[in-house]
Amino acid sequence: MTAHDLWLLSPELSVAGLAVLVIIVDLIIDKKTPLIWLAAVGLLVPLGLTLALWFNTPETEIGVFGTVTADRFALFFHFLLIGTTGAVIIAGATYSKKFVGFQGEFLALVLFSVSGMMLLVASQDVITAYVALELSALPAAALAAFLRTDRSLEAGLKFLLLSALSSAVLLYGLVYLYGATGTTDIAGMLDGINGMTANGDRAFGSSAIMLGVVMVVAGFGFKMAMAPFQMWVPDVYEGAPTPVVAFLSIASKSAAFAIVLRVLYTALGTEGLAADWSTLIAILAAITMTAGNLLALSQRNIKRMLGYSTVAHAGYLLVGLAAVAGNSDSADFIAGPQGVLFYLVAYAVTNLAVFFAIIAITNTTGSDMISGFAGMARRAPLLSVLLALGLLSLLGIPPTAGFLGKIFVFSAAVDSGLAWLAIIGVINSVVSAFYYLRVVRTMFLDEPDSEERVTADIPVWAATLVASAGLLVFGIAPSSLLEFARYAVFGVIT
Amino acid sequence: MFEGWLSIVVFLPAAAALVIALFLRNDSHIRWFAIGATVLNLILIVITYVEYDRGVGGVQMVDRYQDWIPVDGLKAEYLLGIDGLSAPLVLLTGLLTAVAAFASWRITLRVREYFIWLLVLSTSVLGVFLALDFLLFFIFWEIELIPMFMLISIWGSGRNRYSAMKFVIFTLGGSAFMLIGILALFLSSGVDTFAMVSIPSEGIEGIPDLIAGKDLLIPAGVIWFFLFTAFAVKMPLWPVHSWLPDAHTDAPTAVSIMLAGVLLKMGGYGLLRISVGMFQETKGFQVQDVAWLLATLAVISIIYGAVVTLRQKDLKRLVAFSSVSHMGFVVLGVSSIVGVGGTVTHAGLNGAALQMVTHGTITGLMFLTVGLVYDRAHTRYIPDLGGLALRWPLITISMVIAGLASLGLPGLSGFVAEITVFLGTYAVWPWLTAIGAFGVVLAAGYVLWMMQRTFFGPRNERFQDIEDANFVDMIPVVALVISIVAIGVFPKLVTEIFKVGISELVRI
Repeated sequence: MTAHDLWLLSPELSVAGLAVLVIIVDLIIDKKTPLIWLAAVGLLVPLGLTLALWFNTPETEIGVFGTVTADRFALFFHFLLIGTTGAVIIAGATYSKKFVGFQGEFLALVLFSVSGMMLLVASQDVITAYVALELSALPAAALAAFLRTDRSLEAGLKFLLLSALSSAVLLYGLVYLYGATGTTDIAGMLDGINGMTANGDRAFGSSAIMLGVVMVVAGFGFKMAMAPFQMWVPDVYEGAPTPVVAFLSIASKSAAFAIVLRVLYTALGTEGLAADWSTLIAILAAITMTAGNLLALSQRNIKRMLGYSTVAHAGYLLVGLAAVAGNSDSADFIAGPQGVLFYLVAYAVTNLAVFFAIIAITNTTGSDMISGFAGMARRAPLLSVLLALGLLSLLGIPPTAGFLGKIFVFSAAVDSGLAWLAIIGVINSVVSAFYYLRVVRTMFLDEPDSEERVTADIPVWAATLVASAGLLVFGIAPSSLLEFARYAVFGVIT
Repeated sequence: MFEGWLSIVVFLPAAAALVIALFLRNDSHIRWFAIGATVLNLILIVITYVEYDRGVGGVQMVDRYQDWIPVDGLKAEYLLGIDGLSAPLVLLTGLLTAVAAFASWRITLRVREYFIWLLVLSTSVLGVFLALDFLLFFIFWEIELIPMFMLISIWGSGRNRYSAMKFVIFTLGGSAFMLIGILALFLSSGVDTFAMVSIPSEGIEGIPDLIAGKDLLIPAGVIWFFLFTAFAVKMPLWPVHSWLPDAHTDAPTAVSIMLAGVLLKMGGYGLLRISVGMFQETKGFQVQDVAWLLATLAVISIIYGAVVTLRQKDLKRLVAFSSVSHMGFVVLGVSSIVGVGGTVTHAGLNGAALQMVTHGTITGLMFLTVGLVYDRAHTRYIPDLGGLALRWPLITISMVIAGLASLGLPGLSGFVAEITVFLGTYAVWPWLTAIGAFGVVLAAGYVLWMMQRTFFGPRNERFQDIEDANFVDMIPVVALVISIVAIGVFPKLVTEIFKVGISELVRI
């Protein structure tokens, strides 16, 4: 462990340090509100360190005995994760009054979990990745149970058990990959596989690697909310506190996609192998988006509906992941992962806007049922417009970021000869119009239960406005974000 | 014209909507402001129309921002331009938007939101006609859904929620396939551009030139069908027309005017610009190969639409179904692209283009009049009406003009368009054209019968105390009547510029 290693790990370490600081300060002071500001402002430190790393390190810097990297890919996700966490903490300020006396623990758990996710996206070694995954998952399970109602406890327990199960599956998969290639280093695995191919064996023909890939995808699939591992999603979304749901649906999913991208593209990115896992992912993508959209159709609780919607979006993201076996000139080769990164950011701002608007509205109405949003356009005009905008972005109507995100992943798919998958994708988008537009219609058309105005506190307002602005800006002028994503993708594609 | 002119034309209504959203609170101010904005935009559009140089032709007044989406793998530009095909349709949009704004005079429910959506709708339709980048075209095409969804579901009547959702799902379903088609065209090797036409003055080589004679990523026939599906739904063509009567019947008057007058033309425009304009020299499949299909679907639409129209008892539903029949003539005209013995006369295509404009104004006037009747009588059910002529002469005259134009009376615009279509297609599809022409006879049937039952006959005591249309009501009526008569007597006003556009479109 050298000073240089500490430098590379500084964003993760500073987040974890901030979590400890929050706990200590919580012991000293009585009031809880300053803690929120401490956490939110404190996140500027890791943000600054990430910026410094982005501008100061050569592109592939690896440290801590070759297990952690600070390449552009990892830093891209650091920005996304820190931004999401900051927004969730600020927007959750009012909501967290429900956690009487435990606001400090809430913030600390969020920060610990995100430090795990940051380490996960930066890990260059599957063992580090596994440890980081556990670090992110255990606080998340506690967070899901944080309301301490029956529903919330059920959510936490479900998350914990299924998370443990999926970790076990993942670990099995990693063991097979290690057995076949003789290394736990992600970049080293590629050499191992290339060695096998050189002997005339077809890598995917080796049942060990095939089993390994399937199990790794299944293990991370839990975090991605991929079918058939999506069972936990609606229950946890319904029971967990809304800020935690926003956090899980974005941060946890982004981190899982990041590590899967890294493993698939770096370790298993050889041409013959890619064609095989691309088919696997494509089939999973089709199942995931179809299942998510069909199940979302009949939901009456908006958080449950968004739970299934997040499954559907995992499906769209998988489309981008599958789009690898392209016309192999390099510009097209990165189109898939680049689309996934753009989509993740677009999805992050969109989902943040949606959940924050829901937090703002349900803080007053107290009901998560869609019928509770009836006539909301009269009770809270601007919040309803912002929520509608977010839902349209999830549906993929221009000029929103969600629309361009879909265009990018679908075009990558068509380019990779997966036109059938893109067709399933667009048909799914049409299906999703039913349930997204139903909420819009309820807000703008139905008679409200009461004429009482719905107001929100300034932090929620600010967070909602910023997220909504983001989804419009990325939807109208996407070029800078795309450029950013392109830099990042070169971290995993060599 | 200066750089950015067309952007002003497209986004002026949206800007007006923003002003209403942010600053205006008084309903009456909002009405006048919205009407003022649409009239101002119409003036700008008329200037554009006059300024378009027919002698030079091609795409003019190009407005371009190259670095909109600059990445490899999806290089889209912000590209607006006007040519002979789009110019009259833009003019039609400007006219009907102003008419729709006037026709919304009596809206009292949530006035502010209503005009915001109406203006946004106008921007999106203008964008569809003026965008020459395929992705931008698609974006405007999709944006149009949300205002329509809101306008029908909030201000509509009857089963408005069902109809609004049906409209959205049909259109989204169509455009889903269109998106795949667009991406497949763009990603075919050697294309790498979304430009829908070549613009030599800007150094742009468009998709029609780039894909000529090349292998595409997906077989050209499949791409054609994907794109065609979207346009067929929008137009609408039998058998994907079933959203139209519902949406029309349940929409408020002004929205029906926009829907029938302008939105259906997006389908016709796409059919001409894309299905015909891009697929004449593609390898392995040309649009000429499916001209028989176009002609057949067109004739089925014409006859089926007319027969169903005959049986309607609701005035609005009647006008709605007559649109299915009339848009069939557009497709029939387009089907003449196959030509006879290798030569394509442009008459059929010119007629198709002209039919779009004339149907827009005629049906606009019909819906406007039906709206005037409904505002007074509070019913559109034909058996409850009758004898309105004596009480409401102005409304009756307006409907008579619209009806006669619709059944193709010489001297009014409908006649010119339909006769041009028949002239163009008869040589190519003699039998189908003959059957299609029977649609005109049926049109005479349903129009005259409807007028007889609704406006003539014995004096109806029920509506004795209700006044005829007033001055404000008549402004849009007069505007549409003038355009119908003008095109009928002097079709060159529109055909001259369409000829330029069509001759550039036909490549064989």
